[in-house]
Amino acid sequence: MTYLVAGYLVIWTLIFGYTLILGRRVGEAERRIARLEKEGKRHG
Amino acid sequence: MRGLGWLAYLTVGTALLLAFLYAPPEAVMGEMVRFLYFHVGSAWVAFLAFGITALASILFLWQRRFLYDQWAAASAEIGVLFTAITLITGMFWARAVWNVWWRWEPRLTTTLILWFIFVAYLLIRSAIEDRQRRGVVAAVVGLVGFANVPLVYLASRLWGGFHPAGAHLEGRMVVALLVSVLAFTVLYGYLFLLALRVRRLEERTHHLYWGGDSF
Repeated sequence: MTYLVAGYLVIWTLIFGYTLILGRRVGEAERRIARLEKEGKRHG
Repeated sequence: MRGLGWLAYLTVGTALLLAFLYAPPEAVMGEMVRFLYFHVGSAWVAFLAFGITALASILFLWQRRFLYDQWAAASAEIGVLFTAITLITGMFWARAVWNVWWRWEPRLTTTLILWFIFVAYLLIRSAIEDRQRRGVVAAVVGLVGFANVPLVYLASRLWGGFHPAGAHLEGRMVVALLVSVLAFTVLYGYLFLLALRVRRLEERTHHLYWGGDSF
């Protein structure tokens, strides 16, 4: 039973962790876009 | 997309309840059979994800639209995650019923090779700066990687080994397994859209900062 619980904890940590990382990357990219659009900043 | 996220976690929650409370223990493996529901579900999603990567790779090589390259990359990332989950659940299950963490038998070895190929796919993507070249090289590697999927599926039938090629399941076990596969499929859909959104936003950031075409 220990292996069953440990196995499930590992896989759900991976899935929730990946979802949180994606959510965080979306948030960061949206903030960066808002800032760049506001500043109108362009590098050549 | 938020609605799909809630639906994904609702179906996953239902699948967990069915796996632990509704499905009965098995005669030989006892409670350890509960690994089955998410082991098979994650393997299915890994195959589906790599299949989408292969399809998007073909479309990219044919039409050279970067949208398809993003589909391929987003799906491969999820495929790598779910192949890792398949391997991890398999290892815990093997430790519980075979008393070993790993056996170099055909199904396990081909799955590990599949995982390595797509880890390499993601590394290659991050190593090539030029978008056009990255897209072409990644598409070829993605197609080569996908060619391994039928080998993984047929490995136990072709070369034998310890991994069961199929199993006779009781009615409630079949219900729990089907709900798990459905839950993982919905979860894949949600993660795919989220991963795609990340790539599109990061592309847009790059476009705003450096100029050039987004797609």
